Amino acid sequence: MLAVEAVDLVKDFNETRAVDGVSLAVPTGSIFGLLGPNGAGKTTTLRMLLGIIDPSSGTRLVLGRDRPLEAAPEIGYLPEERGLYPAMHARDAIAFMGALRGLPIAEGRRRADALLAEHGLGDWGRKSIRSLSKGMAQLVQLLGTIIHKPRLLFLDEPFAGLDAINQGRLEELIRREARAGVTIVFSTHVIAHAERLCEEIAIIAKGKVVFDGRVDEARSRLRPIVRLRTRASDGPWQSAIPDNARREGSEYVFELPEGGPEPLLKALIDGGAGIETLAIERPGLHDAFVSIAGNAAAAQMGQAAPQ
Amino acid sequence: MMRFIRSALVIARRDFTATVLSKAFIFFLLGPLFPLLFGSVFAGIGTNVAEQAKRPVVAVIAPKAEFERLQAARGRLVEAVGDGPLVDLVGYRPEPDLGGQQKRLLATRQPPVRAVLSGTLDHPKLVGALAADPGTESQLKLLLNEARAGEGASSSDLEVTNVAASSGTIVRDRALTAQISQVALFLLTLMLSTMVLSQLIEEKSNKVIEIIAAAIPIDAMFVGKLFAMLAASVLGLVVWISAGALLVQLVKHGGVATLPVPAVGWPAFLVLGVIYFGMNYLLFGAAFLMIGAQASTAREVQTMSMPVTFGQVLIFGFASTVVGALGSAKAIAASIFPLSSPMAMLARAAQDGAIWPHVVAILWQGLWVALILRVGAQLFRKTVLKSGPRRPWWKLRNA
Repeated sequence: MLAVEAVDLVKDFNETRAVDGVSLAVPTGSIFGLLGPNGAGKTTTLRMLLGIIDPSSGTRLVLGRDRPLEAAPEIGYLPEERGLYPAMHARDAIAFMGALRGLPIAEGRRRADALLAEHGLGDWGRKSIRSLSKGMAQLVQLLGTIIHKPRLLFLDEPFAGLDAINQGRLEELIRREARAGVTIVFSTHVIAHAERLCEEIAIIAKGKVVFDGRVDEARSRLRPIVRLRTRASDGPWQSAIPDNARREGSEYVFELPEGGPEPLLKALIDGGAGIETLAIERPGLHDAFVSIAGNAAAAQMGQAAPQ
Repeated sequence: MMRFIRSALVIARRDFTATVLSKAFIFFLLGPLFPLLFGSVFAGIGTNVAEQAKRPVVAVIAPKAEFERLQAARGRLVEAVGDGPLVDLVGYRPEPDLGGQQKRLLATRQPPVRAVLSGTLDHPKLVGALAADPGTESQLKLLLNEARAGEGASSSDLEVTNVAASSGTIVRDRALTAQISQVALFLLTLMLSTMVLSQLIEEKSNKVIEIIAAAIPIDAMFVGKLFAMLAASVLGLVVWISAGALLVQLVKHGGVATLPVPAVGWPAFLVLGVIYFGMNYLLFGAAFLMIGAQASTAREVQTMSMPVTFGQVLIFGFASTVVGALGSAKAIAASIFPLSSPMAMLARAAQDGAIWPHVVAILWQGLWVALILRVGAQLFRKTVLKSGPRRPWWKLRNA
């Protein structure tokens, strides 16, 4: 069963096409990552799925409804640009966000107190938002996103601006919600987060979905990578090295040949390579992303190395 | 529908507490002191009221010959001092029931009679609401002396009977009530307009708008914001009315009981006053919320404030045509035009006792509030949230 289904979503802003025929299918209970560089159309896609804006064309079904606002009490949303009323107390801010989604304000305050205590902010419930640190305020907003116990969570760049410790906490919170059966759709331009958390991803580039499927499936599009270091610098063993192998320091790096590791090893040994180290690595999502979306998109994401 | 109302209440509760519990609300409560000073300068706008007060009409019950002698005497005085300040005289033939005729004339509005002069030139009797108008009595003594010139009669021959009110004073007082109530309504709405203009700046600047727009219909947010401000304003209104009544009680001899009674009576007038204040606020508020929603910074709001204020002054001027001229085409147009309708109809309530036009007007105004809110919400979605509707706006349900 699908929690979110979008077919051919298009969004034009005047002459600019921000989203160009995006189709998504998010299974219920999954963690789904929307991956792509800034400006790829991730946020616009999420805003259409949430009903903040209407698509120029295409259809969307969110929790079985074609008008997402009708499902609002069952949805939580953490926008990319965080927003809270600075003068509000933390517990009131959380309760207010719950009230927007239909949770009675008194119940919201009760749950807010419990959630704040659970996350180490028990003493901050009656402090104004402006007195909290940025990380604390972000946590408050996140708690406000889940206060009404939604079935579906949309998180737009949830890790942006968080330090490593808070990123870890957020990852744990996402996993916990997923274990509780909540469907989570989050956008990110950080491949490592998607790799660690997601079962399914969609890669968006220039407003189009260029890949949609399981993370394993994305990785399996690439052959394993071989990293080889030899004692011999020359010899017949070199015929076993593919032509497109590259040198990284003293290592040869190349895709594992079609025949697999055994013929490669035999050729190296028989050819007198003198194997010092040989590692066969499974390609990461980053490599898959580069392969699927292209180097330009990867460079645009500004993170050649995963975080 | 219940969810819509609940959503609007969530926004209204947040905005109401944020407004009323802020330090700035004290300044809001003190606000009327400044426009009151401004308003006193403004008094010249309602020239109709002054006109009503300037030219009192005296009904003269006398035989034709005696009335003509009085008119001739008035003519001689006009030559000496000009027509402006003198009372107008309207002649009536004596009827058998003189007392009944006097009462009827004092109650008539065509023309609004300040006093009735009867008897003969030698033994004149004056009945009218003259306690606050000694000038009319003095002028009549002068006219009588002039009419009797050469007969040796003295001014002390005029027998004066004071009554509480005559049609002339009632029309004048009601016109005054109409004008004061209009000015009050205008000034209160003027104070609120800038606040309403900037209502959405907070959400837009701190990005809460994104969370709200994802959770509830934009219409509900508009309604919630508007009603929160209305509730805060009514709170202010109660404070101001109470303070005003207390001031009148302390300063004016006889207290609030001596205030001129509006045509529909005080209870109905106060109820209508609150309703028209609400309608006036909602009409202007909905329009200003729609305009202000397009602004993204406080500076843009400030830029918008001046034309908005000028617009309000123009509409107030239009609505003030109702004072002293209820049946005129302008007055009817002002009562129909949505933005001037509440002020015009409140002035009508002060001057005319009929209730049914108010029922029609309130329904009419309510319709326009709903329409402006609807258009405002759609415009907000389209221009601010960048969501172009796929269907015509009048068919669009919330996504």
